[in-house]
Amino acid sequence: MAQATAPPRPMPRPSGGTSAAEPPPRRRRSQAVAGHVFLAPWLIGAVVLTLGPMLISLYLSFTDYDLFSRPHWVGLANYRYMFEDDKFLTSAKVTLKFVLIGGPLKLAAALGVALLLNRARTGVGLYRAAFYAPSLLGASVSVALVWRSLFATGGLTDRTTSFFGWHVGGLTDNPDYAMYPLVLLTVWQFGAPMVIFLAGLKQIPKELYESAALDGAGRLRTFFSITLPMLSPVLFFNLVMEIIHSFQSFTSAFVISGGTGGPSNSTLFYSLYLYQQAFTNFHMGYAAAMAWLLLAVIAVVTYAAFRSARLWVFYGQDDA
Amino acid sequence: MTTVTTPVRSRPRIPGRSLAWHVICVAIGLVLLYPLLWLFTASLKSGTEILSNLSPIPKVFTPGNYSKAADGISGLTLWRLFGNSLLLACLAVAGNVISCSLAAYAFARLRFCARGLYFSVMIATLMLPMHVMLIPQYVIYQKLGFLGTYLPLVIPKFLATEAFFVFLIVQFIRSLPRELDEAAVLDGCGPYRTFWYIILPLLKPALVTTTIFSFISAWNDFFSQLIYLTDPKMYTLQLGLRLFVDQTDSSAYGPMFAMSVIALLPVLLFFLAFQRLLVEGVQTSGLKG
Repeated sequence: MAQATAPPRPMPRPSGGTSAAEPPPRRRRSQAVAGHVFLAPWLIGAVVLTLGPMLISLYLSFTDYDLFSRPHWVGLANYRYMFEDDKFLTSAKVTLKFVLIGGPLKLAAALGVALLLNRARTGVGLYRAAFYAPSLLGASVSVALVWRSLFATGGLTDRTTSFFGWHVGGLTDNPDYAMYPLVLLTVWQFGAPMVIFLAGLKQIPKELYESAALDGAGRLRTFFSITLPMLSPVLFFNLVMEIIHSFQSFTSAFVISGGTGGPSNSTLFYSLYLYQQAFTNFHMGYAAAMAWLLLAVIAVVTYAAFRSARLWVFYGQDDA
Repeated sequence: MTTVTTPVRSRPRIPGRSLAWHVICVAIGLVLLYPLLWLFTASLKSGTEILSNLSPIPKVFTPGNYSKAADGISGLTLWRLFGNSLLLACLAVAGNVISCSLAAYAFARLRFCARGLYFSVMIATLMLPMHVMLIPQYVIYQKLGFLGTYLPLVIPKFLATEAFFVFLIVQFIRSLPRELDEAAVLDGCGPYRTFWYIILPLLKPALVTTTIFSFISAWNDFFSQLIYLTDPKMYTLQLGLRLFVDQTDSSAYGPMFAMSVIALLPVLLFFLAFQRLLVEGVQTSGLKG
């Protein structure tokens, strides 16, 4: 995140005189003092709750620490143990599967419905709001409880699939399928990226579509040659946000599996296993190591996304 | 019906298309809202009927679920759980609104040499998974004796740790005309009075957005409450609902879903009252719900 931006310095105003352009030294000092006064809460938070704890958890990740006795330095043992810890490897696999299946499906649904809603018709606002609602509710325990019942043995999906001759039982009770209700739950919340896609679609100049129509481009051609490239920055933003969020999913898996990540660890999300290690087993050092690995993975994936963005994200003509 | 046409203008209008479009949208809406409808009807069914009766209409209409839900679970009444959730959400709103608007003003308007560095740090924390700070924070709160109080849930909000809101307000302040500040300076206002008399009154839209999203995310929060709230008396609705999960008796299902409905109500009300603002908030800042 090195290139992540200092704010653009306010340009000196051509008109409007000397007052704000370059403040005199005394005012500048008073601004520096005032700046730190206004920033005081944030500064304290950044040092005491963010940067400090980051460094401490990096240290703890090299120790054996159970919260009650002093941390005991063990070097890389925590990191090395991860590769022998079957439960850890399972949780990494489960989370990756969730990110790779749930993320694209959610974004595809978001883009598809955004295209559907990107027109001026009565009712668009209503539909947009209704489709967005699940994004606000999906993270709650209430909705997770609904999912638990819908997909339980004897529940709605069990009876429906049995009716069609597929006797699979409750999906949440079956290690082979327990992941899919959770995937469905994240896809259900496609409204937030959909709204962002809609904002992006509104930015595409109408002239492009007009000239494409004049050139006789069909619907599919128009989508792939105009809509998708013009939308790629928004798609990129949604993709990065989605990856970061879904790596950290917790509540739904916790509630649906009753805190276990079961059956047979099939919904043992990374965050859930980290929680178990830290607050059930009090393996705080190991959990800290897991947290730093998560940060590293998210940083690498985000960096890779930014690098690859040069190949497929279209930010308009540079030479213009 | 407005006369503005679809993006592809040259296509001739087919009368049936608008109808087909509405049918598709309504169908998507029904599928999406089905789980919520299911929840609502389940809250009115008897415990044994919830799983067995697939029809949305209860065979035995059981409004008693709600009075049982009001009695609560494990000796915790619904009103205590609800009140605790409300208190926490309101404190979170107050904390975020105050601390984030202060920080945002400094980032957007004041000039001092460390600002660029601070701003980069703030942007970097946008993407930071909270797990990296989780364990030391827990240890710090434990050493301070804050475990089992609301302080670990409230203090971070008053220290502007939710960078999303800082960023949102920074963007908003940058859109305000600078001439206003300059006029205030000419009238002899320093940074404090400029903030108080000029910027803060204009910040209202951004602060409303911050309020709504802070409230909803604090209300829905589960992870930090699970970790920090150890005393059942301080439990919130989300933690109370979780207690139902351990009960296998199907007679608890009715009250559980009644309580779930009540737990969703404030978010739904916020949504209905502010849906336009919410959608615009997502559009302008990329905030997730």
